Amino acid sequence: MNADVRAMKTPTEQALSAAFVAARGKLPGNGAVLALREQAFREFDTRGLPHRRVEEWKYTDLRALMRDLYPLASPPDVAARVRANSAGKLLGGVEIRRIVFVDGSFVSELSDLTPEPGLSIGTMAEALAKGDPSVAAHVGQTFATDDVAVALNTALMGDGAVIRISGGAALNRPINLVFMTGSDKPSSAFMRSLVVVEKGGKATIIESHESGDAQVNAAVELVVGDEAQVNYIKITQARAVHVATLLATVGARAQFNSFDFTADSSIVRNQKFIRFAGEGTKASICGVALLRGKDHVDTTLLIEHSAGHCESREQFKAVLDDQSHSVFQGKIVVKQHAQKTDAKMMTRALLLSDESEADNKPELEIFADDVVCGHGATAGALDPSLKFYLMSRGISEKESEADNKPELEIFADDVVCGHGATAGALDPGLKFYLMSRGISEKESEALLIEAFIDETIEQVAHEGIRDALKFAALKWLGTRD
Amino acid sequence: MAFLEVKNLHVEVEDKKILNGLTLSVEKGQVAAIMGPNGSGKSTLAYVLAGKDNYKVTEGDVLLNGQSILQMAPDERAAKGVFLAFQYPVEVPGVATMTFLRTALNAQRKARGEPELSTPDFMKLVRAAASHLGISQEMLRRAVNVGFSGGEKKRNEILQMAILQPRLAVLDETDSGLDIDALKIVAEGVNRLRSPERSTIVITHYQRLLEFIVPDVVHVLAKGKVVKSGGKELALELEAKGYAQFQGEAA
Repeated sequence: MNADVRAMKTPTEQALSAAFVAARGKLPGNGAVLALREQAFREFDTRGLPHRRVEEWKYTDLRALMRDLYPLASPPDVAARVRANSAGKLLGGVEIRRIVFVDGSFVSELSDLTPEPGLSIGTMAEALAKGDPSVAAHVGQTFATDDVAVALNTALMGDGAVIRISGGAALNRPINLVFMTGSDKPSSAFMRSLVVVEKGGKATIIESHESGDAQVNAAVELVVGDEAQVNYIKITQARAVHVATLLATVGARAQFNSFDFTADSSIVRNQKFIRFAGEGTKASICGVALLRGKDHVDTTLLIEHSAGHCESREQFKAVLDDQSHSVFQGKIVVKQHAQKTDAKMMTRALLLSDESEADNKPELEIFADDVVCGHGATAGALDPSLKFYLMSRGISEKESEADNKPELEIFADDVVCGHGATAGALDPGLKFYLMSRGISEKESEALLIEAFIDETIEQVAHEGIRDALKFAALKWLGTRD
Repeated sequence: MAFLEVKNLHVEVEDKKILNGLTLSVEKGQVAAIMGPNGSGKSTLAYVLAGKDNYKVTEGDVLLNGQSILQMAPDERAAKGVFLAFQYPVEVPGVATMTFLRTALNAQRKARGEPELSTPDFMKLVRAAASHLGISQEMLRRAVNVGFSGGEKKRNEILQMAILQPRLAVLDETDSGLDIDALKIVAEGVNRLRSPERSTIVITHYQRLLEFIVPDVVHVLAKGKVVKSGGKELALELEAKGYAQFQGEAA
């Protein structure tokens, strides 16, 4: 056996084990919930924090990045609640329903619980404590994964939102789940939410994180029913360490759009496990990350086409300044029988500094409908239209400081799959053109960066949210040195 | 003193010598044509005047109104009145034409200590200039040069020139890729901007453009220097005899 299979526990791992043992009796839920926690904890205890020898965590070594564990957050006191008054300010101008969690606990006085037909809002802590069967049916069931960060979340999950949109209901307003730190001391929080949109339901859900010096592990389970239309937006402005997981299963003939906006963050891991479980669904999964200083943003996707005739488009962009580091790992898996799948994945990194680094690793795993096909077919050529699709705004093709490792395995005919990854600096020809008209270097760069970002932000369907995100991106650009 | 004085200019690009002691003066209000064979350094001169990176000046100077511009960034030169109409205007996806024009104009006005133009005044200015050049509102709504034909891109360059009102306009092979109708529109646009306050350099391979934009002087460039200067009749002579006669002289 390899000596490094289970290295000695780090102080953080020991602290996490101790925290679980200490909190076990106080965490919400008994019986089945407790059994779920115990099982998840054993998973963590056996494997420890994810580290660089775990392929999926290669670029974000939590064992090295989490030198210590911050104390588990306590419910917010008055001072913390006051500090949390600014919750959700990025979308301040948007007509929206806010559900606010401070230091991992639901705060009703900051939340909008106005009744709306077809919408039910609850909290995870309450649902777990009561053993609510409609919640228990989903928790830990949406997308099975052996990911240790998810296991840790399951072991220690405290509060979170439970949102249900009943069949055919269309929400009047987007729902904004706001998770923020109010404490002025370092703290850690494990949050778990569940969003169920039943058949034909229509909803826009925004998960916002605004954290100070906090170690956050947040997971959301999302069930998108047949024919439902769901826009899921995640806004992350998180200092310290932020690990977020989306576990989603999407039904047939649905429309699912996911968008990530990450800025002003220190260490972020955004991982998404998304399964297309019914035929005829269209999805777009996009994101923009803005990094500077020593920011580290890791986007890791596992997109599973389990049913045929679905279309998915992934488009992720990062803008990197200073010594920042972005990671994109995107894996598309097309299961047997998922014929006529049309999946395209694209990632681009814009490097503003020679010291910034972008690692891009798109992967495709496509299995034929039968063994014969799998044997007979060879890797298909990339769709020629993809080349056009990959051409992006204002970016030269010059590769620099980037680690691009596309992996491609195709064993099927009836699928259109492709991916592309590039990283490069701003096109000097475009910059010169703008400057030759009298526009300063800084402003020329800002115009080109804005164009690069906007192309992806334009994927956000809701106008008010889209504008707020564009404004936030401009603000970030405006504070560039 | 001439408005533009290029003095004994030596320029290298990626360790290759392109300009070899080029000396040239352009008077205020003058239209100077620069002709020459491929590789004679015409476009290099245009880029060096506009301040493109990677053009290394090893000797000589460029004075604009008596002031050296070689240390200035492209935007500073633009604010001083230098304008280059590109041979190959680039597409700038995601940057709206109107935003681009307004940002450029206001940046130049600001650099010169002039107030920004109000939105209605700006719109009026653009509409008037665009209509002369046959540029539609629909084109103005698009991103800079994106989806424009070759002729539309060239017209867009002249539109920018009309709006920015430079003191030194350098037209780099503005005739290339244009059919005769487009050539006339572009030439009329340039002629409309002829002014005693503006110096213009028209770089071209062919005499044809000079039938429409009649130059005051013609300079022949070969192997990185001016080998002959004369009146507009020099262009006709070149058309008849070709450039071969000068290829040896500069060697």
